[in-house]
Amino acid sequence: MTINFTIFIQNLLNGLMVGGLYALIAVGYTMVYGILGLINFAFGDIMAMGIYFAYYGATLIRLNFPFAIVFSLITTAVLGILIDRLAYKPLRNAPRISALITAIGVSFFIESFAVVFFGPNYKPFLDVLEDKTIAFQSFIIGNVYIPKIIFIILGVTAAALVVLFLIVYRTKIGMAMRAISADIPTTSLMGINVDMVIGVTFAISSALAALAGVMWALRYPSFYPYTGFVPGLKAFIAAVLGGIGSIGGAVLGGILLGVIEMMLITFFPTLMQYKDAFSFIILIIILLVKPAGLLGKRTVEKV
Amino acid sequence: MKRILVTLLVILSISIFAEIRIGVLLPLTGGISAFGDWTKKGIDLAHKQKNTVLGEKVTLVYVDTRSEKTEAANGMARLTDKEKVVTVIGEIASSNSMAAAEIAESRKVPQVAVTSTSPLVTQGKKFISRVCFIDPLQGTALAEFAGKNLKAKKVTIFVDIEQDYSISLTNYFVERFEKKYKGQVLKVQYKSGDQEFSAQIAQALSFGSDAIMMTGYYNEIALAAQQARSMGFKGYIIAGDGADAPELVKIGGKAVEGLYFTTHYIPDAATSKLGKDFVDAFKKEYGTLPAMNAALGYDAYMLILNAIERAKSKDPVKINDAIRATKGFQGVSGTINIDKNGDAIKTVIVAQVKDGKFVFASSIEPEDLQ
Repeated sequence: MTINFTIFIQNLLNGLMVGGLYALIAVGYTMVYGILGLINFAFGDIMAMGIYFAYYGATLIRLNFPFAIVFSLITTAVLGILIDRLAYKPLRNAPRISALITAIGVSFFIESFAVVFFGPNYKPFLDVLEDKTIAFQSFIIGNVYIPKIIFIILGVTAAALVVLFLIVYRTKIGMAMRAISADIPTTSLMGINVDMVIGVTFAISSALAALAGVMWALRYPSFYPYTGFVPGLKAFIAAVLGGIGSIGGAVLGGILLGVIEMMLITFFPTLMQYKDAFSFIILIIILLVKPAGLLGKRTVEKV
Repeated sequence: MKRILVTLLVILSISIFAEIRIGVLLPLTGGISAFGDWTKKGIDLAHKQKNTVLGEKVTLVYVDTRSEKTEAANGMARLTDKEKVVTVIGEIASSNSMAAAEIAESRKVPQVAVTSTSPLVTQGKKFISRVCFIDPLQGTALAEFAGKNLKAKKVTIFVDIEQDYSISLTNYFVERFEKKYKGQVLKVQYKSGDQEFSAQIAQALSFGSDAIMMTGYYNEIALAAQQARSMGFKGYIIAGDGADAPELVKIGGKAVEGLYFTTHYIPDAATSKLGKDFVDAFKKEYGTLPAMNAALGYDAYMLILNAIERAKSKDPVKINDAIRATKGFQGVSGTINIDKNGDAIKTVIVAQVKDGKFVFASSIEPEDLQ
């Protein structure tokens, strides 16, 4: 197949968009990992819950779409805090492997809960929108069609990340988070309520996952209880690629992964069916070659 | 004396309550429960309209498969061994019907599948038949429609590599389309659950396709249609009966407007008195138009009763012979002939999405597909 400029630009933008979504979820992984050393495998499912909350906020409570998003961010943040309190807090001093297994359990629990409670069928996200054509509109430049949704997603992702950076690097609670990631016992000796800060971390990262979920559902307007599974795995790969624990790394990793995936199938269309496999190959390569990730710091385990 | 009386009473009550038991094996819960529910509505209506055969009462015994293969097999065993049914209607999905068919085959009880279109379902089996057309017929019909009605020359086919259904539809389409219409075909691949199709669509666009054919199920069809339209694809979109679900429009919105798909039944296409009466009766009973599964469920039940009448027996093996010998049976979804493999040979309906509704576009007779 010939690669012309049009296809290249279109796919580059699509890759950036998908990458932005990966980045939003990857930030959640990385924040929790940075603080607790815990890989919260339930993030993909928290993202799916965010979609459900937005959907029911708009269809059952009949909120306007922007308010439905706010509703979804708040409820998902509360869900994040609840998960931490019920599932992870009792295991704070347990071996890491216990917490990891619990995270997988939480993931299965959320999925099964959604199947029972919301039903196993695909739901149409377009029901939420008043303007049902938003997902199909495009800017037309010459013969290049660029869906508007790409710019909406990239814009929202960028804005959310700026807010996140401000919180982490410019506020007291952000400072407390960074302190906890360095050393939990010392931080608590300084008079900081560690559990509260961890709760806030879960709330922020879950809200970001919910935002990613809503953006995801705008681009792919059908969802079901397992919608979060693949994005969750991809975001995990993105977080490791960028260097788990580093927020900048998660953003870089997410965008890189999105663009690499899309470029792979642009230049080698016959490899299309191996798209997901390729993401995991990236994971394996990065773990072999640079285990700390692109922006991660190599830490020495103190014995 | 008392014992004789009791025995007499039992014999008497059996002859008064003599009944013919028909098992119904459907996914009433789980992933494809919507299809199961529609089918049940059709069967219930048919049972209400005709509930005696050979002078005996017909009793329906429902078993839920929970949309799973193992439960389909267990359910079939329960129906044949415990409930002693003479015939079983079901299942919906090809893979579930196949799992149940293994049991039906060993118990020598006839099974009539409803919408299982994979050619494998009846392969090498003597006791399973079906009331729907099969994928080879459907794939060929799609090629006929694309070549003759749409005058398409270049078609990009989206192949779902995880679905046998998609692959066999593709193969039969390509064979017909390349041979008879000298058309060009580009195959691009995806798998069930994929959401991003822009790379495949970019290929379809640079191939210059005047039609895109989606061979999977409604969810991916709706998403791909959306992305195709927003990337400026202006040609036709065609699909198989995997598109036939109201969710197609709910998810796809404006993007699936104008989409053509082949299917088994559409209320619009009912021209016979029988077909029209069915639509009216269904509306009266449930307050809504019948979906494709409801019509095929109705036909499956009526076809079995017709076979029992012709067999003049309650013996499952004789009923099976009669089902397999069905010729020119008038169903609400059209005339059904069962061939030697147990497959139905019938008209393929082409429907189109118009203003968010499925309307009749064309029909293709099996004779045109030789």
